Amino acid sequence: MDTLHVDLARSLRAFRLELALEFDGVVALAGPSGAGKSTVLRTIAGLTRPDSGRIALGKTLWFDSETNVDLRPEERSVGLVFQDYALFPHMSVADNVAYGGGRKSAELLARFGIESLARLKPGELSGGERQRVALARALARDPGVLLLDEPLAALDSHTRARVRAELRGLLKGLDLPTLVVTHSFEDAAALTDRIGVLVEGRLVQMGSAADLVAAPTTPFVADFTGANLLTGSARTAGDGLTEVHLTDGVRIVSTDQLTGEVGAVVHPWEIGIARSMPLDSMQNHVRGAIESLVPVANRMRVRVGPLTAEITAESAARLALQPGDEVVASFKASGTRLIPLG
Amino acid sequence: MRRPFEVFLAVSAGLILAFLLLPILALFLRIPPEDLLSQLTSQVAVDALLVSVKTSVIAHAVVLLLGTPTAYLIATRRFRGRSLVLTLIELPLVLPPAVAGIALFAAFGRAGLLGETLHAAGISIPFTQTAVVFAIIFVSSPFYIRLGIAAFEALDPALIEASRTLGAGPRRTFFRVALPLAAGGLSAASALAFARGLGEFGATIMFAGSLQGVTQTLPLAIYAQLDLDFDIALALGAFLVVVSVAVLLTVKLLPSWTRFTLISLAPSGRSD
Repeated sequence: MDTLHVDLARSLRAFRLELALEFDGVVALAGPSGAGKSTVLRTIAGLTRPDSGRIALGKTLWFDSETNVDLRPEERSVGLVFQDYALFPHMSVADNVAYGGGRKSAELLARFGIESLARLKPGELSGGERQRVALARALARDPGVLLLDEPLAALDSHTRARVRAELRGLLKGLDLPTLVVTHSFEDAAALTDRIGVLVEGRLVQMGSAADLVAAPTTPFVADFTGANLLTGSARTAGDGLTEVHLTDGVRIVSTDQLTGEVGAVVHPWEIGIARSMPLDSMQNHVRGAIESLVPVANRMRVRVGPLTAEITAESAARLALQPGDEVVASFKASGTRLIPLG
Repeated sequence: MRRPFEVFLAVSAGLILAFLLLPILALFLRIPPEDLLSQLTSQVAVDALLVSVKTSVIAHAVVLLLGTPTAYLIATRRFRGRSLVLTLIELPLVLPPAVAGIALFAAFGRAGLLGETLHAAGISIPFTQTAVVFAIIFVSSPFYIRLGIAAFEALDPALIEASRTLGAGPRRTFFRVALPLAAGGLSAASALAFARGLGEFGATIMFAGSLQGVTQTLPLAIYAQLDLDFDIALALGAFLVVVSVAVLLTVKLLPSWTRFTLISLAPSGRSD
């Protein structure tokens, strides 16, 4: 497998996109809408030109602003799966897949389990089926790089969960440098172990889903991964602990060492809910009324003041929690990550 | 008792519809249908029909052949001066036909801009069938190109891009993706442009004259027969009404042919 080298800079409307990446295998580029993710894909595919940079697959140069190399899209060995799949509506599934190169198309139809759909038109397919056709079509050309733009966004939530699991195994088995762009951290985490977070044109952090969740380097990453983010000012307390005075007046402690303006990151599953102040090892307590109770599968998401806690549905039932009830949300100092702000 | 405003709306619509329909009905009702048909076999009518068919078909072929790539170019490329080009293409649409006639003279006439060059090459255009073809192209191609641009612009650009990333160059992308998907819109454009060319009168009579069997098209024959044989003029008029209705019906039926284009824009179909 060749390595894809991407180094590009381009001024977009509100910010400048600057990205340097070098990878083989599956990498996800995650971030909010408008962060420049799609521009990265389009630039690699040759559909849009960066201001400057260099793109190469292995030793093959695709773009180099210094030596004026700029291959056309059809000359780059790339498979791009578009967000809405962009299947040709006037061609059958078989013709769509064969469009990029006929040799492998029969094999790909079989491999993706879409032989039975071969004679249908894209308009007659479900979202999940369209996605498989788009993927088969992109691979029919035997590309050296696979690019996927929000591959799950066009699917309804029910289909999405199933397709997500399928896609992970499939991408892994391809043995191709693959770049997946998504605005959903959950999707990124489900598809690969290497996630780069792109915010306003910059790669702010790169790591596994677990790394990003456990040690976010910026408040955005913390928020993006679904953790609670509390802001306040930190100063060193005794016993190697850091004391944080939150903006809303509550005082919490953390085992991380940091001073100044900080963000305290707490994961929902690290937070316990009690009807009165518990006598246990937890050092941090936030008292407040329950704002909302949202069941998620076998868990209950409880919103108390600035915190979202996730407890088992069973615990929620045992405590007979109701919106408006006064409760105490508690979490450990060792489960509280501090990140510098500003 | 209906409200006065409803009555006002209905009366307005009734008056204008009657005014529009009455002349067209009159064409068919003035003399019996079998007489209309027999008038169409008169020499003048047959000559005019042949001249019209020949010149319209040649002109239309040129319009399609040059207009389609032009429409695609303007619809899919962003270049400096694009809006100027668009305006130039739209200009003949609003130009008075007499101005079109005199303009063609100024360009291709004996004393015109290209007159000497053409004369030196032994070519004389005014008052020939070529002049009729020129006049038709001049008035109908802007129609086709303008509507053709709209047809190509309605394509999802991602489809064009997808074709490129699948290894197809611009030419293959045009023939395999853009053209088939825009076919519905282009057919409508083609039908309307053809009708516009068939009815061309002002520019033709000035630039090509009205010589029976050579440059006298159907509309020119109607005008020529007005004083000579009113029944022939009526029959030719009725014939052109039938052709126009056929064109309108073709265009109205087109949406069902263009459904490909619409599917690609819709979100995913049934879920699974």
